[in-house]
Amino acid sequence: MAQCQSTFDFRLYGFQTKNMKLILKIWRQKNAATEGKIVEYPIDHIEPDMSFLEMLDILNDELIMKGDEPVAFDHDCREGICGMCSLYINGEAHGPDKGITTCQLHMRMFKDGDTIFIEPFRAKAFPVIKDLVVDRSSFDRIQHAGGFISVNTSGNTIDANTIPINKKDADDAFDAAACIGCGACVASCKNSSAMLFVAAKVSQYALLPQGRIEATDRVLNMVSQMDAEGFGNCTNTGACEVECPKGISLENIARMNREYLSASLKG
Amino acid sequence: MALDSKIPEGSISDKWTNYKDHINLVNPANKRNLDVIIVGTGLAGGSAAATLAELGYNVKAFCFQDSPRRAHSIAAQGGINAAKNYQGDGDSTFRLFYDTVKGGDYRAREANVHRLAEVSGNIIDQCVAQGVPLAREYGGLLDNRSFGGTLVSRTFYAKGQTGQQLLLGAYSAMNRQIGRGKIKMHNRHEMLDLVVVDGKARGIIARNLVTGEIERHSAHAVVIASGGYGNVFFLSTNAMGSNATAAWKIHKKGAFFANPCYTQIHPTCIPVSGDHQSKLTLMSESLRNDGRIWVPAKLEDAKAIREGKKKPTDLYEAERDYYLERRYPAFGNLVPRDVASRAAKERCDAGFGVNKTGEAVYLDFAAAIQRYGKEQVYVKGLDANDAELVIKLGTAVVANKYGNLFQMYDKIVDENPYKTPMMIYPAVHYTMGGTWVDYNLQTTIPGCFSIGESNFSDHGANRLGASALMQGLADGYFVLPYTIGDYLAPDIKMGTISTDLPEFIAAEKAVKDQIEKFINNKGTHSVDYFHKKLGKIMWDKVGMARNEKGLNEAIVEIAALREEFYKDVKVPGTDKGFNQELEKATRVADFLELGELFAKDALHRNESCGGHFREEYATEEGEAQRDDENFAYVAAWEYKGKPSDAVLHKEALVFDNVKLVQRSYK
Repeated sequence: MAQCQSTFDFRLYGFQTKNMKLILKIWRQKNAATEGKIVEYPIDHIEPDMSFLEMLDILNDELIMKGDEPVAFDHDCREGICGMCSLYINGEAHGPDKGITTCQLHMRMFKDGDTIFIEPFRAKAFPVIKDLVVDRSSFDRIQHAGGFISVNTSGNTIDANTIPINKKDADDAFDAAACIGCGACVASCKNSSAMLFVAAKVSQYALLPQGRIEATDRVLNMVSQMDAEGFGNCTNTGACEVECPKGISLENIARMNREYLSASLKG
Repeated sequence: MALDSKIPEGSISDKWTNYKDHINLVNPANKRNLDVIIVGTGLAGGSAAATLAELGYNVKAFCFQDSPRRAHSIAAQGGINAAKNYQGDGDSTFRLFYDTVKGGDYRAREANVHRLAEVSGNIIDQCVAQGVPLAREYGGLLDNRSFGGTLVSRTFYAKGQTGQQLLLGAYSAMNRQIGRGKIKMHNRHEMLDLVVVDGKARGIIARNLVTGEIERHSAHAVVIASGGYGNVFFLSTNAMGSNATAAWKIHKKGAFFANPCYTQIHPTCIPVSGDHQSKLTLMSESLRNDGRIWVPAKLEDAKAIREGKKKPTDLYEAERDYYLERRYPAFGNLVPRDVASRAAKERCDAGFGVNKTGEAVYLDFAAAIQRYGKEQVYVKGLDANDAELVIKLGTAVVANKYGNLFQMYDKIVDENPYKTPMMIYPAVHYTMGGTWVDYNLQTTIPGCFSIGESNFSDHGANRLGASALMQGLADGYFVLPYTIGDYLAPDIKMGTISTDLPEFIAAEKAVKDQIEKFINNKGTHSVDYFHKKLGKIMWDKVGMARNEKGLNEAIVEIAALREEFYKDVKVPGTDKGFNQELEKATRVADFLELGELFAKDALHRNESCGGHFREEYATEEGEAQRDDENFAYVAAWEYKGKPSDAVLHKEALVFDNVKLVQRSYK
């Protein structure tokens, strides 16, 4: 029997204290060649409705006014789709909320008086450029190795509706293609493995008839480049899936393993 | 200098075909001897880079992000138009052409728009062949939805992530060419000047944003695909890094800048929440397929809601004013963006706005949830009187269509939009104006091309939804690859262009001088301080509604702010290495010039059209009042030192195929 549920949404009435005071402990590193360290910054007048990056904007403005160098961090779209923002916040990639990127994290997820640790995504294949900014070009190089269908761009292909694709496969391919290439999977993995990232692209194409033609070479080349970049092995702990802002499923890794096995046998 | 649009002869439907039949071609062996620089890797730049490399040219591509995949095209949500007529609802190339010219309020060039409509279908074929997972129906064929300003269903989509999927398609095509060595990719680089040699664009000066090094790059042609200038308003739906610098630098080197005042204020964005706001987030126009827009019908209800004494769900149907359905019965909630934005402003200005700031209207899905829920219980043979079940099933359908958008809203506003209506308000989104280009997409500098949002050509004074993705990809995949070949054909024996030419040295010196000046300035305010001030002037006086007095004030204020900026801006750090404040400073310097030209253009255009609304020029019902007799032209501005000295050139717009009428969506 259905319970009578209250439709009252407590969040509408913002019970949180305004003007939060926080202690930020931020990784500062001048460049790739120097060593970094955690530096403490107290910050005041933070509102729960601010985004996490807006909070950092305020800190940076204060630092600039004081004559200090602002904290460098990557960000661009600030709506969770470009994949540019990173940050390891209190030991979690993209911070404490689920299914979002750092730029979508809001200060209402923290309490007045909290201490917040902010570090870069750490992995051998993601060297630090400065402070919280890392170099993720290894991801690009994996895509250069096979993240495409070799069709020329003349537009003189077959009509888009010539090959029907069943909705389930099309939807699954879409879900895999939703990866934004942020690197949270690598940062969350104790082995710094890029399997979820690579598997998402391999799966997207493996599920579509257009992608089947080059499936064998694609998986072999992408995995080989992934290894060459220095990413670690996958030991199926699943931290990547938990921290992925786009909910890319571990099933993709299973699919890639099947693809890889059958490609290796063919090869 | 007289503007020559180089529109080919012949009837509108034959122009592009005839053009392609008669241009110069470069043979495959010679393409290897030609270099092309492309600045920007969004849909236009990415697709152009991939295609030119595929054809055999040596492409050097540049983006300021850490990967080409992050260009802001990725944030486009709703869809891409194409005249496929898969739905059999009467669509055709002509109809897409017609809708686009009309939607642009008759301020676009007919020949360009027709070409866009002609190649639109090919884009879908191309993307599907590349493995872009567009939405499909249960039968396995592609699905469509409707967007504003049209009466057909011609929009292809991939949930609310269409831009992302199309961009990743172009990125994958680029990756193939990068892997083959045909594209040399320069990530984290910003173009800071164009190099012109003997009157032709022959290279750029770029800053490596990681090392701080200033680099010279040469090519036989330079393509600008750097997007729009919406961030001149500080707050917009653009990415934080989106900037006008590449487009403005070519303007200062001789490329005319067209119609800067045509800016799209998108009706469905999440309202501003406070002073800390750094950017605004769009809610896709596709939501208007199912969402109904309303404000309280009575002022006292609006006031009670603003004060938190009432909730939107407390109001009965009769107490709500679905003002778009009331004013525009034929198009209802699907009127074009400019019309929907102004209507929201009109209601809020009249005191009916609903959030704390009074600047928000509701976008309500309750009716859609009911409608879909009832459909589902019928299909599944369940109890139609079980109200809870109807809502549950209807919610699932809505979640399937717009789930990611609803989640995004919930995360930002902290309210559940399945249960309480969304609040939305217009925000700066897209700029129809941009570099003036001829039919070849070439600017007034020979060898310098401008594609995608950075040019002005296809959307007139207002862009229809789902047309930006179409134009970006059309320019990059299917138009530029022809037109640039025609330009490059005489250069096949030229050989590599030296970067030691005096023009390169001079341009590099100017860039270094500007950077040095910023670093040594030691002022008292950060770059953002000036950017926010500029944004406020723009929004208050050059925003959704403009008038002569405000525009005159804006021009004076922006010029003064620019002076203050150069005197008092503080840029910490050094020119060596990674310095994000320095990046911002060079960008805001250009916005401070562009903003003034923007206001000057808005002041000179004594009419209202599309995204340009002058309060003095409105019908009695408050609709935009065009003046075709005096203003049916493109305003192309020539740089002469200061924005106030810019010289106006006019390209008359001739309409042979579409009759100019007062736009009506009633």
